[in-house]
Amino acid sequence: MTRTVSLFVSCFNDMMFPKTARAAVKVLNKLNVKVRFPDEQTCCGQIHFNTGYAPMAVSLVKHFVESFRGSDEVVALSASCTAMVREHYLELASRTHDNELISRTEELVPKVFEFSEYLTGVLGVTDVGAYYPHKVSYHPTCHSLRSLHIYHSAVELLGAVKGLELVDLPYAEQCCGFGGTFSVKNSAMSTAMLADKTASIVNARAETVVAVDNSCLMHISGALRKNGTGVSVMHLAEVLAQGMDGGEI
Amino acid sequence: MKSEMAKAKTGFPFTSIEQINNSQLRANLKSATSAIREKRAKVVGEKQDWEELRRTGERIKDEVLSSLDEYLLQLEESVTKVGGIVHWAADSSEANRIILSLIQEHGESEVIKVKSLTTDELDLNEYLANHGVSAFETDLAELIVQLAHDKPSHILVPAIHKSRSEIKELFENTISKGRVLGDGPAELAEASRLYLRQKFLSSKVAVSGVNFAVAETGTVCIVESEGNGRMCLTLPKVLISVMGIEKVLPKLDDLAVFLELLPRSSTGERMNPYTSTWTGVHPGDGPEEFHLVILDNRRSHVLADPVGRQALRCIRCSACLNVCPVYERSGGHAYGSVYPGPIGAILSPQLFATEASLSLPWASTLCGACYEVCPVRIDIPRVLVHLREKVISEGYKSKSEEASFRLIALVLNAGRRFDLIQQVATRLRRPLNRLFLAGSLPGVLGKWRAARQIPEIPKETFRMWWRANGSDNGN
Ligand code: SF4
Repeated sequence: MTRTVSLFVSCFNDMMFPKTARAAVKVLNKLNVKVRFPDEQTCCGQIHFNTGYAPMAVSLVKHFVESFRGSDEVVALSASCTAMVREHYLELASRTHDNELISRTEELVPKVFEFSEYLTGVLGVTDVGAYYPHKVSYHPTCHSLRSLHIYHSAVELLGAVKGLELVDLPYAEQCCGFGGTFSVKNSAMSTAMLADKTASIVNARAETVVAVDNSCLMHISGALRKNGTGVSVMHLAEVLAQGMDGGEI
Repeated sequence: MKSEMAKAKTGFPFTSIEQINNSQLRANLKSATSAIREKRAKVVGEKQDWEELRRTGERIKDEVLSSLDEYLLQLEESVTKVGGIVHWAADSSEANRIILSLIQEHGESEVIKVKSLTTDELDLNEYLANHGVSAFETDLAELIVQLAHDKPSHILVPAIHKSRSEIKELFENTISKGRVLGDGPAELAEASRLYLRQKFLSSKVAVSGVNFAVAETGTVCIVESEGNGRMCLTLPKVLISVMGIEKVLPKLDDLAVFLELLPRSSTGERMNPYTSTWTGVHPGDGPEEFHLVILDNRRSHVLADPVGRQALRCIRCSACLNVCPVYERSGGHAYGSVYPGPIGAILSPQLFATEASLSLPWASTLCGACYEVCPVRIDIPRVLVHLREKVISEGYKSKSEEASFRLIALVLNAGRRFDLIQQVATRLRRPLNRLFLAGSLPGVLGKWRAARQIPEIPKETFRMWWRANGSDNGN
């Protein structure tokens, strides 16, 4: 039986990293999963919520729940957005005292999965048939590591990619210093954390850094590029789409 | 005025700068915190039932907080029954007055102290000094900080920001005047021991904090590593212990849980080196007089906040400091409070609510490393976000930031509006990308670009691509 998932690409990927979402569609299709893109979707509300504007986030929660209502399963291309939904949606929906919204939220939340979590946990797949003959370091982003606990998902998926050599990243579990508005509110601190993260990456001698959050990767790659390190970054979905029929995306 | 806080030269972004740029301090902190971090991970890892222990610790503390008034009254009764005297202090000035008058009643002008954050919160030493009483810290690190006229920078290792050679020099100029010391730990400890022994033997009054106080029995417990606490608690005639209202535990058995949680979390030891418990006074054994000062100082205000109150579960183990990537680079002083690091970021704004402390809820990436190690499961990231909301709702905000967030929310509240804005940005991508790469950028983007390139806007959004290629997906 084929499954159908609704893809939540996130506002950020939609605008800045569409190639990640295209890669995810490709991987899911290859695994016989149909993809829907509910086009009312926008943002999970995380930026508002985390910065202290929870009342504004409530309206985005409502919008998200409406956009994805009736989905069998939702696959999200960001661990931090998935964590936002899983950890805070019910609480935020409850603030409206709108029972219909609350019950719809209750129904939807358990159906939302992060991409790598969906592949390994729901589909039970680790080898998607990708080929990527490069040295790769995996940076476990904070939400994937400590909120969703899916470190192993990404590592298993990467481990099954042909030709890929996974190299250890020292202090991998330490935050890269992005933190949304933290990166500009506490810019000196953010930069200091980033400098240590990129130094670890360079020391690890990886060609590519992989993660499941493009926001962190944008921050990391911003410094890797500015400093001319030659190390590239990729979302996990893009690595998994490498070497499939149709070649590069 | 309130809206200008973001620009003011106060608050964490400003106070942390100097430390961030101090490479010596960063190196000291990095090696100290990573060493403790590893020790902790090892001894926690060997406890099969660690998660269960954490949950038990959380449950006991929550039970206490839910009936705090009753437990405190029970504690007063128990302490009184075994010969102690309980004093209630609503705030720091009342606590200071009580302690000073107790010392003066005994005609003393010197007291010895066991490291205590609560008395640091009161600025007790300074208060006593202003009233002619000298307070001598007896914990090695506290002694160092005191001799250097400095402030502690870590809950557990107050002098974590000082290197051994700095300490050697300090001792040579103060307690070991005229002697030349080496900078080995043993020699430095010996120098302080010589000095402190005199104090232990000559002082009549000691002041301590409290780790746990048991309501059922009136037993008070202090944990420490150097034995100085044991000396302070047993040698002087008069013992004055100060505790925040949240330090009470229901039963003596509950101590067992916390004596497992605390040392493993704080020093990475299986068992704490010196654990002193005492129950009232006993003729011919220990202090003849025991005073317990129970302090509120806005803790009841914290208790009233259903999300923020979990900060009162804290047992001051400092595990959250040791794993915090922000603390590791800022040190404790940047937090401008006796409570630094992640716990400080949620406690100080609630306890003190000074303008500078109101910036602390944003001094975190919400990475969650603190929550993961906290032995009483305080969800620090959740409390941080809650306090951000609270601070903003109380009017401490930047009007322009709020307006931008409102506008963004408006755009994001409809798929087609977002699509439209994206299409405009995509059309303008060439000039925008040029601007992002090399143009002059104001505000947020400028700050971002100071350390990182801005990614190029791609030629089509995913939504645009989907309309053209994806809508018949899998059909
Ligand atoms: S918040 Fe938790 S980890 Fe931090 S000092 Fe308190 S008890 Fe320890």
